[in-house]
Amino acid sequence: MRRRPAPLVLRRQMINGLALGLAGFATLLGLVALIWILATIIVNGAAALGPQLFTRDTPPPGSMGGLRNALVGSAIMTGLGVLLGAPIGILAGTHLAEFGRASRFAETIRFINDILLSAPSIVTGLFVYQIVVQPSGHFSGFAGVLALALVLLPVVVRSTDETLRLVPISLREAALALGAPHWRMVLRVLYPAARTGMLTGVLLGIARISGETAPLLFTALNNQYFTFDPAQPMANMPVVIFQFALSPYEAWHALAWAGALLMTLFVLLLSVAARRLLRTGSA
Amino acid sequence: MSGVEAKAGAAWPGETARRRSGALGDRIFRALVALAAGLVLLALGGAAAAILWGGLPAFLHFGLYFLTSTAWDPVRRDFGAMVPIYGTLVTSLIAMLSAVPISFGIAVFLTEVAPGWLRGPVGAAIELLAGIPSIIYGMWGLFVFAPFMADHVEPWLTTLLGPLPLLGALFDGPPLGIGMLTGGLILGIMVVPFISSVMRDVFLLVPLPLREAAFGLGATRWELVWRVMVPYARTALMGGVFLGLGRALGETMAVTFVLGNAHDFNLSLLMPSTSIAAAIANEFTEADSEIYRSSLIALGFLLFLITFVVLAVAKLLMARLARAEGRI
Repeated sequence: MRRRPAPLVLRRQMINGLALGLAGFATLLGLVALIWILATIIVNGAAALGPQLFTRDTPPPGSMGGLRNALVGSAIMTGLGVLLGAPIGILAGTHLAEFGRASRFAETIRFINDILLSAPSIVTGLFVYQIVVQPSGHFSGFAGVLALALVLLPVVVRSTDETLRLVPISLREAALALGAPHWRMVLRVLYPAARTGMLTGVLLGIARISGETAPLLFTALNNQYFTFDPAQPMANMPVVIFQFALSPYEAWHALAWAGALLMTLFVLLLSVAARRLLRTGSA
Repeated sequence: MSGVEAKAGAAWPGETARRRSGALGDRIFRALVALAAGLVLLALGGAAAAILWGGLPAFLHFGLYFLTSTAWDPVRRDFGAMVPIYGTLVTSLIAMLSAVPISFGIAVFLTEVAPGWLRGPVGAAIELLAGIPSIIYGMWGLFVFAPFMADHVEPWLTTLLGPLPLLGALFDGPPLGIGMLTGGLILGIMVVPFISSVMRDVFLLVPLPLREAAFGLGATRWELVWRVMVPYARTALMGGVFLGLGRALGETMAVTFVLGNAHDFNLSLLMPSTSIAAAIANEFTEADSEIYRSSLIALGFLLFLITFVVLAVAKLLMARLARAEGRI
């Protein structure tokens, strides 16, 4: 007994098809944007790739050069930023998950931390300018390190808090029942159990700060010379890319594209690896 | 507690000492992690205080005039925040108008439309958008998207919408490619992954019985989404929108490339403008007087206030759903 669908049913089905089709179209738009951006970076960046990128420093206008000083500066500042921000973030996350739990203090910090996570990073740059650059009288790599650590901090706090809370309570009870003090239980049982998740958080944090430009603009500034000394202004990839891309010189544009390609590859590979680690680790 | 310790001490002398060292270690560790947690509070509080302090000279010097004036004249040292604030709000509004429907569509596609094998890869690809550094968006915007807008979109907008009353003024002007419309659209692309990921998670939280009931009554898939899932998750969906808004308001590098850094007040979306973040990024290191620098920091403080409120609202809206979930 098959009846012809009533007009109302037909209309509802048409609306259904149209709406779901539009949803698919929206997804397509997102994918097109992703591919368009990546293709632009790859095509322009690959044309400018070469060994000189790693062996020569950023050139003055009109001559050839590479990105060596910026790569080294970025590596140093990112590394020090992680060394400063990650331990503090892990400890703070430990407090939230293990001691604070649902206390008012812990809930306030979770709230603040989530806001910091999305807060504009240029404000972080202004903050560090006020407390480091202004009093010390000059831009420095250390100021950049502090700014990057502040951007990294909320990422690590959140991931540590979330992974530690996933560790089964029975593990804690077993350790405490064996007579372990609380702190040893945290260090010897909880951290190893939550290792993968915490590492993922740190890797995602590194990916985040590797591409951050705004907090470095007026903290580390830039330096056209090679230096290992973070007490000096320090060249770094994002600011070099910013300045070179906005310059009128073709050679600088090429270097900016090459830098953009290197940076994008590094950041995306790192975040993909971090997510994969999380999936295989928790499976 | 002390009674227990005494008994244990009687049984085995070494035990008390060990326990005491354990208790001391616990106290130190407890203090250490609490201190680290306090640093998070300090980071936010300190940032607010330091930036307010830096912006205070400008606030005191200009007073309310700072908020209402469209002037921005480094030579005469006359600064007003109206144009950057307007640019920030308009670009973020354009970003929201473009990103919210698209994010909603993506969330619906990923939860309701796509076959299972497609959901993982497409979801991961959309999340990749969030991983691309903002300066990359800026370069792409300046060298690829702005020329595209100038050649293919803006002339068409001007001829089509320019003659309209009221609305026409928004699309009047030369097709430069650089301006608030381009900046807003790029911001839109940037916040899509954040909004769509919140919306997708929210949709996945809708209880199965509700879905079954809707299908049982003969609802189509779209009716399930629009009449059941959206009303159920309304507040959390708004939370996602506010999260995206908070991101868009404070985004710096992407808009700095394509806004054109012009402090002239313009109604047209096609004309160069500036935003709070872009003005700071462009001008801070070149600020040659105390009041100039202080005005920029004051702008930063305003941005901080706006984004703090927006992100706090986002968090509260999303927390409501989490609480409702706990109750069910």
